This record gives sequence, structure tokens and C-alpha cells, in this order.
Amino acid sequence: MIEITSLYKKFNKNPVLLDLDLDIREKGIFAILGPNGSGKTTLIKSILGMVIPDKGEIKVFGENIKRTSEYRKKIDYLPQIANFPSNLKVKELIKMIKDLRGNTERDLHLIEQFGLEPHLDKKLGNLSGGTKQKVNIVLTFMFDSPILILDEPTTGLDPLALIQLKNLIQKEKKKGKTILITSHIMSFVEEMTDEIVFLLEGNIHFKGAIQTLKKDTQQNDLEHAIAALLEKNNV
Amino acid sequence: MFKILKYSFYDLARSRWSYIYFLFYLVLALVLLFLNHDLSKAVITLMNVIIVLVPLIGTIFGVMYYYNSREFTELLLAQPIKRNSIFLGQYLGISISLSLSLFLGIGIPFALYGLFNSAAIWDFSLLLITGVFLTFIFVALAFNISLRNENKIKGFGYAVLLWLFLAVIYDGIFLMSLILFEDYPLDKLSLAGTMLNPVDLSRTLILLKLDISALLGYTGAVFKQFFGTNLGLFISLAVLFLWTIVPTFSILRKARRKDF
Repeated sequence: MIEITSLYKKFNKNPVLLDLDLDIREKGIFAILGPNGSGKTTLIKSILGMVIPDKGEIKVFGENIKRTSEYRKKIDYLPQIANFPSNLKVKELIKMIKDLRGNTERDLHLIEQFGLEPHLDKKLGNLSGGTKQKVNIVLTFMFDSPILILDEPTTGLDPLALIQLKNLIQKEKKKGKTILITSHIMSFVEEMTDEIVFLLEGNIHFKGAIQTLKKDTQQNDLEHAIAALLEKNNV
Repeated sequence: MFKILKYSFYDLARSRWSYIYFLFYLVLALVLLFLNHDLSKAVITLMNVIIVLVPLIGTIFGVMYYYNSREFTELLLAQPIKRNSIFLGQYLGISISLSLSLFLGIGIPFALYGLFNSAAIWDFSLLLITGVFLTFIFVALAFNISLRNENKIKGFGYAVLLWLFLAVIYDGIFLMSLILFEDYPLDKLSLAGTMLNPVDLSRTLILLKLDISALLGYTGAVFKQFFGTNLGLFISLAVLFLWTIVPTFSILRKARRKDF
């Protein structure tokens, strides 16, 4: 579904991705992990075409993404910081994104699920951070695309919303979607994901199941396994 | 593109600042008209305000809108929309909404005052046209600067400096060079100098249309010869058009390569 070959990107003189290869063919939930500055967001944004790679090739469903925008119909993306035009109402923003991407009925259910009805007529500038993130989630999940990319999806959510988000992700997984998640919350990663892609200094240092990683590093929980992986690489 | 344009426009049409901008022109034009009781004089005074204020507001709105909508632009970039459509849509959205504030703000009082039965209607139209051009030009320049500067403060600083340069400093340098080289024939040089700055070009264009070029002395006569004719008017408008188109393409070129 997503094939990345020798992706290279530097910002100014600072190389971020160094000939990275990644091949995601299977369905399921993949966590992209790595310390700060390891290139997680750059990788995600390259897939979305927001960052233009210096070298290398990215294919989504076999199609090279260079200079096209159509392939993004197959990707739903939840950005890390949700900041919307403050003058728009929640209702209008949802309508607008539908207008841009095509109609859907799924938003109604999502709005109900996250209890957003009382906020629909409020302006986006007046919402709290958590509520904005819920709007962000509705905008992402209301389209039924085969690939989902979630950048720090848990930011600002209360426990109830967090449980609902987890259920939602599991439900999408059962439909046979490919879901990429970045998160710093290891318990969330451990609970949700099937496979881990561990990035370090612009390259992939580990790709595989959580169990394999634990076994390789002889640790009982993911947090320590990641720490062991980092220590092994002298970071 | 039109969808993005529509939403950018709606977004701004609801912003308090658009109304303040609109009301400012409304009050200014009303006061000028009812104090002066003369359409032509009001046009001249308005011109002096518009020539400086329109570029300033265009610059500031352009920079502010770009930086404020950064995260939203990122949201749009992740949608199946071409980059060109996003940036062109936003650029036109701001420019059109600012132009509309100007158009309605000074248009309504003049229309109420009986502009349509007056000979000043052409001067007034020219004032509006140059005002609209200046809006488009300076919003485009502001977008170029913001696209090239990640740092908000820097971008803002450069944009204001550019405005200061074109609206004030350029004139200073221009005048100094005229004084310095006064022994040489300068009519061609000053003509070119005027053409190169959209603010000066707009001012000259309106002043000469208003038939007060006698105030400008010998150079004024040369200018009158050039700008007063249809060809001069056409070339001036073409230069203003170039000033709009070139930065617009530059926005698109930069946007295609930029990382978000």
C-alpha cells in the first residue's frame, strides 16, 4: 500500500531522513516511534506530500505521489496541532471539508459519539484544546479511506474521549484499513498497535511486532524495550 | 480553487477587521465629501490616503492571514487539493475581500453624493482601479515574504520594511537622485523610476488624470505627455498588471517547492 524507497530529506543543512526504505503492505495498525527529531513527522508529511523529498520515491497503492494530489483521497490524516480558522463555526468547517472532499453521512454518528452537538454552532476560536481535537477527529474519521494517518491522536483528550477514540481505531482496523500512528504514550501504543516502526536518526532501526521487540531486547514492557533499543544505539 | 477562495473570503468577510477597514473608508469618504462639497477635491484627498494606506493594509492583512492560517493550510494540504489551488484561492480570497471593503467603503458615499451625474466619475473609477491593483499587488508581495520566512516576526518585519521602502523611502531616493543629477536631462529617468514603483505609478496616474499636472513643472509636462494619452494610460495599467502577475506566479512557484 505504501512503498518508500531510499527517501532522503534534509532541512537546510540538517539531514532528517537518510535513504529510508519502508514497505507497508499489510493491513493493521503500525506505530511509528522514535525520539524527538528522529524524522517521524517528516516521514508522515512526505507520504502526504506536504514535505517534498530531496531524493527517493513514494508510492501509494502503486502510484508515484510526485506532483499529484488525487491519491490523498485514499488517505485520512489527523494532524498534530488542530488550529482552524477562528471565524468559522464547527458546523461550517465540517460542511466545508465535505464540500472539498465529497459528501459523507458518517460525521453525524461521530459528532454524537464525541458529544459535539452543543458545540456545532460555536466558533472554532472559542473551543478548548480538547474539543478542537475532537473536531479534528471527526474531520479525519468521517471519510472512509483505506489509509489512516494519526499524528499524536491522544493530545488533549479526556479519558472518555480517549476510550472512544480507541474503539474507533479498532473498528476501522477491523474494516481492513492500514493505520499509521505516532505517539509518545507507550501504553497507548502497546494497547493499540500490531507492529512498530522504530526510527532513529533518519533511518528505520526496527520494524516488527511488539512481542519480537520485547524478546530481542529481553524486556517485559514496551517502554523499557524502546529504552534498551536506544541504549544499544548509544543515544 | 474557487472553493478555497469562497471559504477564505467568507472567513474574512466575517472578520471584525474587514468591517473596521470598510467603516474607516466609509467615514473618511463621507467626511471628505460633506466638508469639501466638491467631488474632485475629495478624490484628491482620498487618493493621498489610499496610495499609502491600501498597500499598508494589504501587506499587514496578507502577512497576518498567512501566518494565522498556517495550520489550516496544512489541513488543506492533506486533502486531495492541488497546492496551486490552495494558495491561489487564499490569495484571491484576501485580495477580493479587501478590495470589496475599499470599493464599498468609498463607493457608497460617492454614489449617494451623486457621483453618477458628475464629471468626476472617471477620476473616481481610476482611483478605485488603482486601489484594487495596489491591494492585489501588496497582498501578493506579503504572501511571497511570508512563504519565504518561517519566523512570523521576521516575515512581518520584512513586509513592513518593503511597504516603507515602496511608499516612503523610494520617493526619498528618487528625489535625491533628481537633485543630484539635476544638470542632466532626467525626464526619461524619472519616467522609468515612476514606472518601477507601483505606489508612485498609481499616484502619478491619478494626479495626471486630475489635470493638476501644471503643479509638477517641466517634468510634469513630460509626464502629462506620456500618462495623459491613452497609450500612457494603457502602459501604466499594463505595468500595474505585471506588478500583480509576477508576484502571483512567484507565490505559486515557491508554494510548489515548500515543505510544510
